[in-house]
Amino acid sequence: MARKSSTVTSTKDAVQGRESTETPAAFQAAEAAYNQAEASGELFQILAPDGTVVRPDLLPPAETRLHLYRQMRRARQFDERGWVLYRQGRLGVFPPFGGMEASQCGTAAALTKNDWLFPTYRDTGAALTLGLPIARTLAYWRTSPHGWAMPADLKVLPFYIPIATQYPQAVGAALAEKRQGTQNVAMAFIGDGGSSEGDFHEALNFAGALNAPCIFILQNNGWAISVPTTTQTKATNLSKRADGYGIPGVRVDGNDVLATWHVTDQAVKRARNNEGPTLIETVTYRVKAHTVADDPSRYRTEDEAKKWLEKDPVTRLEQHLLKEGILTEESHAALLKEVAEEFEAALTEADAYPDPTPAEILDHVFAEPTPQLLKQRAELLEEQA
Amino acid sequence: MKTMTMVAAINNALDLALERDPDVCIFGEDVGVMGGVFRATDGLQQKHGVERVFDTPLAEAAIVGMGIGMGLAGLKPVAEIQFAGFLYPALDQILSHLGRYRHRTRSRYHLPMVVRAPYGGGVHTPEQHADSPEAILAHTPGVKVVIPSTPGDAKGLLLAAIADPDPVFFFESIKLYRSTKEEVPEDYYTLPIGKARVVTQGDDVTVICYGGMVEVAQKAAEAARNAGIGVEIIDLRTLVPLDLDTVLASVEKTGRAVIVTEAPRTAGFHSEIAANIAEEAIDFLQAPIVRVTGFDAPYPPFTAIEDVYRPNPLRVAKAIKKVMSH
Ligand SMILES: Cc1ncc(C[n+]2csc(CCOP(=O)(O)OP(=O)(O)O)c2C)c(N)n1
Repeated sequence: MARKSSTVTSTKDAVQGRESTETPAAFQAAEAAYNQAEASGELFQILAPDGTVVRPDLLPPAETRLHLYRQMRRARQFDERGWVLYRQGRLGVFPPFGGMEASQCGTAAALTKNDWLFPTYRDTGAALTLGLPIARTLAYWRTSPHGWAMPADLKVLPFYIPIATQYPQAVGAALAEKRQGTQNVAMAFIGDGGSSEGDFHEALNFAGALNAPCIFILQNNGWAISVPTTTQTKATNLSKRADGYGIPGVRVDGNDVLATWHVTDQAVKRARNNEGPTLIETVTYRVKAHTVADDPSRYRTEDEAKKWLEKDPVTRLEQHLLKEGILTEESHAALLKEVAEEFEAALTEADAYPDPTPAEILDHVFAEPTPQLLKQRAELLEEQA
Repeated sequence: MKTMTMVAAINNALDLALERDPDVCIFGEDVGVMGGVFRATDGLQQKHGVERVFDTPLAEAAIVGMGIGMGLAGLKPVAEIQFAGFLYPALDQILSHLGRYRHRTRSRYHLPMVVRAPYGGGVHTPEQHADSPEAILAHTPGVKVVIPSTPGDAKGLLLAAIADPDPVFFFESIKLYRSTKEEVPEDYYTLPIGKARVVTQGDDVTVICYGGMVEVAQKAAEAARNAGIGVEIIDLRTLVPLDLDTVLASVEKTGRAVIVTEAPRTAGFHSEIAANIAEEAIDFLQAPIVRVTGFDAPYPPFTAIEDVYRPNPLRVAKAIKKVMSH
């Protein structure tokens, strides 16, 4: 995942000798699974891909729909600008999440600022939705310590890089809240790949056994770098994993923000009510590369990926809002403008963060630096002088 | 002979190992269809089939644990951990089992397993992608630890590791993957595990290093040579078993030792080397042993100051100067 190393390969190099029959088949399997689940109603949905309402009884108030739309637009703005900023050398390695806005924003929007969020590297959209400032988020992906300075009024952790480790931790935070007599909950994210790790299973089991107020979001986006979900596991319905731990599992259209919001909101209410944890599988797709340094043409065809744009979560809700008159052409244009301006202002703010100084690599290791750290600091300062 | 980068030499070694021994199989995250995030296994699945080169689900403990079972049952598993910084979920399998099987079955079972893991910094990776956890492994009885610094060594040592009847950890410097190139024989050959390499000869000071730090030491030595100081660089190549004879012979000649690693300072492998020199060659020393290392903090992903953490030629040159002026 290094910017200058490794995972960066030329497309020419990548495409050579890669007429593997496996890749399109694996892709088609993912797409077919989605279509099948959607057609059979197994994939919980409120809005169909063309923006029509399939569950009018469950439509949230217009205000909520508009809020969710704004959050998705903010996330998309970050994702699109992030890619460009990387190209300009103004961002480090960045994992895009475009196409997964409903999966991230709809779920995180069900939380309040008193709840916990344990995001993976791909969950910038979730963190922004809970309120992580854009400037801090940019700083994180710029590899600046300012991105590690977490706001005091939020219970959000820096993006988890090691996979699945956040799941048991969320159980602990949830139990601690319960023990402290609050009704606050913890929400943790994972990918389909990450759900193969032992930590995932141990966490689900603990959460069930200890009745933790925890919401587990499993974003099934089809791929773990080059490994399709079909190679990752024989299970085709990951939400069923919850059964093994005696907790509810829900499978939802991860590109339908009204659906992700609705089921998460239900799960959060149950958790607050001491009814225990829920596993929510959001079935979605990683439209872009694994990271800006990845070349997906090595393992899948981008033509196929483009098909997922028809299921795009942002335009899906956009069509609905325009049709319902919740958005007009003018108010929509104004919203887009606001979102873009908010991002550019945050970028200016992030640009103003000073570069870290060398001794900062030694800060915050312990509350009181050890004698060894103090000595190392002195040596470092002397060296830099 | 063919000019190869280190990653190409590793790929070539894996290819030859698969060709030579039907029991060898390669697995890990993204090693199959994609050929590894660093392309170390590029083309091997197409050539040798999905039975022998395959992608696993994303779970390091299961990758190593499954490898243990395969090894017990007669295969030669070569597992890849995508980055050494993600080895930690597998530590239970490694510490509790991999290193103990021969001992706890009185050699009824043994584990001819190789675990490859890219390690180290210098290429601006995100958090936890640049760790150097070799000391944790070296501290685990029953596993060998190999860290090559040249393409030719990487090939010969990897083939030796695969042929070895015991478990071997094979750390590959991410920085060196593509930055070094040299002529490498295309045929099968092995290099002995447990034999250090004298990189440059010199009479004044011994610099002991391995992996990604060899290049750094070479640059420092060049600067020292211009100042009239003769630096002998020793590339350990393997930490377990450690070729102490080569280290001691050199220190006895020069009387001065500088040890360079990019791992955190406290309880690093550098301290092990220093302790051995102190125990065996104190009478020859003309100056205290100096360690040049990372810091007792997690490796920073901050591009702007990453190079402060990882020893650079200047820091090594200063250490050389320090032992010379004692
Ligand atoms: C413990 C661990 N092992 C390996 C990696 C390297 N790695 C980074 S992302 C990734 C794939 C993750 O796939 P998934 O969990 O499906 O999430 P996605 O990237 O699709 O969002 C891997 C193997 C890691 N970060 N942590």
